[in-house]
Amino acid sequence: MPFIPHTEEEVKSMLEVIGVESIEDLFDEIPENLRSEGLTKVPEGLTEMEIGRIMRARADQDTYRLCFAGGGAYEHHVPAAVWEITTRGEFYSAYTPYQAEASQGTLQLLYEYQTMMASLTAMDVSNASLYDGASALAEAVLMAVRANRKSKSKRVLMPRTVNPAYRKVAYNIVHNQGIVLEELDYDVTSGTIDINSLPDEPGDFTALVIPQPNYFGSLEEVDALTDWAHQHKALVIAVVNPMSLAMLKPPGEWGNDSDITGADITCGEGQPLGIPLSSGGPYFGFMCCRQVYVRQMPGRIIGRTVDLDGKPGFSLTLQAREQHIRRSKATSNICTNQGLLVTAATIYMAIVGPYGLENTAAQSHNNTQLLMSELDKLNGVQRIFNSANFHEAVFKFDLPLSDVIRSLAAQGIVAGVRLEDDYPELGNCLMVCATETKSEDDIKGFAKTLATTLTRLQAAACPVQPKMA
Amino acid sequence: MLVFEQSRTGRVNAAQSAKKDNMVNVIPDNLKRKTRPLLPEISEMQAVRHYTRLSQKNFSIDTHFYPLGSCTMKYNPRACNQLSMLPGLLNRHPATPDSSSQGFLACMYDLQEILKDVTGMYEVSLAPMAGAQGEFAGVAMIRAYHDAQNGGKGDPARTEILVPDAAHGTNPATATMCNFKVKEIPTNSDGDVDIDALKAAVGPQTAGIMLTNPSTLGVFERKIKEIAGIVHDAGGLLYYDGANLNAILGKVKPGDMGFDVIHMNLHKTFSTPHGGGGPGAGPVGVSKRLEPYLPVPMVVENGGEYHVVTEKSRPQSIGRLSAFMGNTGILLRAYIYARMLGSEGMQRVAEYATLNANYMLAVLQKSGFEIAYPNRRATHEFIVTLKKQAKDLGVNTMDFAKRLLDYGFHAPTTYFPLLVPECLLIEPTETETKQELDDFMQAMVAIQKEAESEPEIVKSAPHTLPVRRLDDVKAAKELDLTYKGE
Ligand SMILES: Cc1ncc(COP(=O)(O)O)c(C=O)c1O
Repeated sequence: MPFIPHTEEEVKSMLEVIGVESIEDLFDEIPENLRSEGLTKVPEGLTEMEIGRIMRARADQDTYRLCFAGGGAYEHHVPAAVWEITTRGEFYSAYTPYQAEASQGTLQLLYEYQTMMASLTAMDVSNASLYDGASALAEAVLMAVRANRKSKSKRVLMPRTVNPAYRKVAYNIVHNQGIVLEELDYDVTSGTIDINSLPDEPGDFTALVIPQPNYFGSLEEVDALTDWAHQHKALVIAVVNPMSLAMLKPPGEWGNDSDITGADITCGEGQPLGIPLSSGGPYFGFMCCRQVYVRQMPGRIIGRTVDLDGKPGFSLTLQAREQHIRRSKATSNICTNQGLLVTAATIYMAIVGPYGLENTAAQSHNNTQLLMSELDKLNGVQRIFNSANFHEAVFKFDLPLSDVIRSLAAQGIVAGVRLEDDYPELGNCLMVCATETKSEDDIKGFAKTLATTLTRLQAAACPVQPKMA
Repeated sequence: MLVFEQSRTGRVNAAQSAKKDNMVNVIPDNLKRKTRPLLPEISEMQAVRHYTRLSQKNFSIDTHFYPLGSCTMKYNPRACNQLSMLPGLLNRHPATPDSSSQGFLACMYDLQEILKDVTGMYEVSLAPMAGAQGEFAGVAMIRAYHDAQNGGKGDPARTEILVPDAAHGTNPATATMCNFKVKEIPTNSDGDVDIDALKAAVGPQTAGIMLTNPSTLGVFERKIKEIAGIVHDAGGLLYYDGANLNAILGKVKPGDMGFDVIHMNLHKTFSTPHGGGGPGAGPVGVSKRLEPYLPVPMVVENGGEYHVVTEKSRPQSIGRLSAFMGNTGILLRAYIYARMLGSEGMQRVAEYATLNANYMLAVLQKSGFEIAYPNRRATHEFIVTLKKQAKDLGVNTMDFAKRLLDYGFHAPTTYFPLLVPECLLIEPTETETKQELDDFMQAMVAIQKEAESEPEIVKSAPHTLPVRRLDDVKAAKELDLTYKGE
């Protein structure tokens, strides 16, 4: 029997001990009218070889050669050792470290992870993960409303340069509690938040969300934005790409105001740190904050302490924030988190180290600059924002973009992310990204393929003008 | 030793990350990072050795019996991991057009269909990323449903969610996240919901009830149809917490019990890895009247082609709950597992999980342990209460749990559910052999003897693990959450 080890002999003796005739008798408390007639849509069981054949056929069906899409999920090289170690059974098949003495491996790793994330973001503390970047932002908004005692407004400023999916998720989760997310428009030339559009009234907002780099890949003026927020008694929620922090000023250092610098809460998507693209998940959300807000943080937190002999050890701490203790008064309902992905990210950061992370970020930045200059040369394609960027850029096409995307897909290339669905004003706009995984040939080849594709589509779009009758 | 303590400035793994060439850097100076983050500078071998050694300090399903009640710690088949990580699946970017993703989308669609059948629900969305997020989706749908009543004017009086006192903490926490008040319903001495209390609690303020069946007490709620009637008659909806689906897989469908919305924990019932805390996957299923509100994205089939549908074509949806499609890699593992089990294999899961639990209950009872609900049949799990040991011998559940670690067993769930004092919630799962169960129960008997003759051994356990009992008070009082150098 698949995954069931019992022999007939054993079943017989077990039933005898229980004092019933058959396994069926064990279901005798379930009312007869609830018993199901069986499963009709579940096919017969398969052997490992048979399901392997199906999965391989399906996986092979989907392969492409090159991917220039980003938009919150980035293709980076993952060192071979990362997932070799991550999928060791001792990590893979353990659960939440409730029994600390039997979970020191996971606990120490999580403490190391918290240290790495705090250092990368220049924040005081980190939790042990949330589901993904989008839900982490939602949790950050809820946390800011709990933490900001100076503002009762329950209004949070949410720039349109924040990943639109994150904004939707944040809305879907927080609007139930009467929290309002006020949109903040962006400057159409720079593709960044227009500082002059920020409202003037003090105390009016609980928090300002600042993305860096923003969804378009552009760099926001984080210092001025942070100062504005703090002057207006709003907390700063930073949404950052952790990979970019190898090059960019970390949120803990944002702002020039001498009284209070730094973001108050930092969150984001951990995927760039060693997590495969995998159709968008599982990834992991991270969250860091100032020490003073740690009791408002959602999710697991690991602390270092000592055992009975005074020997250092690790355990879950501040559990009084969590649902299993506080129930309806918990900071969040989260229980199962994204532990395995954090395991991978920790091992990833340990292997690449500060220099490897910096090189990866820099090479991604570099490649994207090359891609931009190649695309700038093409007819019918125009870069639309003039601000400095990290590793993404937006281009407007003269020809219908869906035709371009489809045609490139047919040639094995995922061209990028189309923006029109989320930004109606950015019709025919494509966002592209070239990480360190792209060679110069890949990038130039992509530009060339794009050029020939555009020429072909152009020719098809305006054939010799038919004579009007 | 911490990884940071092995770090030496200037040690670089040159082969494992990108080379920098022809650097162009357009980042303005005021936005640049000025100091390097304190990441470890260690060789790949040091990293591999360090994390391999750390892994060896863990108990896990692959190394130990792990009867953690309510968590369904069954074996995670290796094929599920290997096949879900085939390059075509692992490297697929979420923005890949549907036309180039038919293989992947077929798996998602098939899984939706399988879960519909298993739950007896009208439609399923795979979007939620764990049980608690599935609960959130479910309760948000209940809210959306009530908001759409009275011709769209809504039913604002429905401000309360009922939750049995045995419920998991995520249930009340979820209700709060959806801005409902939580009203607890007591349990009677047999472990069933107190029907009179329920009748007294329902009314025009009732939005719904969240129930687990079998309940967290390890017994099947026999009056579920009556409960459904009472709540429905009051205008409320029924939410099914699917954490315990393993007990009834293929045997009873939550849809047939009268539930309007359910979540499943694929990391439990469908054997996806628990990963030291996660990830999970918490798909939701609904009855017809809640179908418009399901979270997106979902996968639909149209003339043999699969498409992702979003808010655009499902305007009443409670929306998306993740940036992309949820924990798809976990959904793939669940799909592969479901296909290997097949329809018969699924029913066997419930049968053998139940057999193992009832066998353990019988043996432990014969060995003198007090069963919390001795007159009830165990489902896939059951509760032992050690209140006598705590009172007479001064040895409590925590002590037993820690001593079990010395004997090489992960402890069952302790002190949950909250209403049974000194409880151990034991869930063996179907993948364990009789031998393993017997060994565990012998350890329980041995610990009982120790508790009687030399209780100090038990009270100061564990003795053989990497650390002894940890000072949790110090951990919370003198917070040390990051390494700052010695
Ligand atoms: C009964 C019950 N309900 C809900 C949950 C929450 O599920 P998850 O941890 O996947 O969020 C759990 C498990 O942790 C549970 O045991």
